[in-house]
Amino acid sequence: MTQCELMTRIGEVQFVCVELNLYIDTHPDDSAAVGDLNSYSALLRELIAEYESEYGPLMGFGHSPMEAGSWVCSAWPWERA
Amino acid sequence: MWIYQKKLEFPINITNPDLRIAKALMAQYGGPDSELSAGMRYLTQRFTMPDDRLRATLNDVGTEEIAHWEMIGTMILQTIDGASLSDIEAAGLGGYYTLHGRGLYPADPNGVPFTASYIQSTGDPVADIFEDLAAEQKARAAYEHIMNQTECEQYLAPLRFLREREIVHFQRFSECMNILKEIYPEGRQNKLRR
Repeated sequence: MTQCELMTRIGEVQFVCVELNLYIDTHPDDSAAVGDLNSYSALLRELIAEYESEYGPLMGFGHSPMEAGSWVCSAWPWERA
Repeated sequence: MWIYQKKLEFPINITNPDLRIAKALMAQYGGPDSELSAGMRYLTQRFTMPDDRLRATLNDVGTEEIAHWEMIGTMILQTIDGASLSDIEAAGLGGYYTLHGRGLYPADPNGVPFTASYIQSTGDPVADIFEDLAAEQKARAAYEHIMNQTECEQYLAPLRFLREREIVHFQRFSECMNILKEIYPEGRQNKLRR
């Protein structure tokens, strides 16, 4: 996948996780929803790892592997694609 | 604490800028029912919520609002950064430019700066959740008013996403209100305490 395609896929999967997370906040005993969230979370972690190995860290403060300059110099989200 | 993720919640790429929309979008960057108001309101109210489900909802919806605030800022920036001064003035943003240049500043479309008086935190969970339900509806209405002012898909796609999020958050807060009814079946949400 290109960088743009991979980021789009991460956005889609992360959106599912956001939705399920908010739903579970008010339905903590819904085991089907929790199972879905865990499945999508695993997929999200895989996609993020694939992205980061190719294009640099997505998260700061020790949550992503970094190389010199990779956090500071990669594009910020408000910059045009 | 929070960890920043170097991505937007929904993609934005404005190559066909419309300064009228940048001005309208200021409502959601620094206005009374802005994403900034929403985030500060929920992340402040969460401290005194009486139930794990309510604390979780306000924490997580409040966190998502900050990502929406970043989306609005991105749309405004990408609209204003390459604009000529004459176009900025023609769009009614001359006063804004005088104070802020092409920088981002949390004010409403009329230039009124953001203030904490836009939000409330009463320590009373019923009052707070009612405020949150109203806030989501007011933000939905504001998004519809902004969407009525453009036919450009580069603005409409993220605005549709943000409008839908107001509806989902309203649904979650409705569930929070039902949880409060469970906790306080007699409606005594806040026992009188001296």
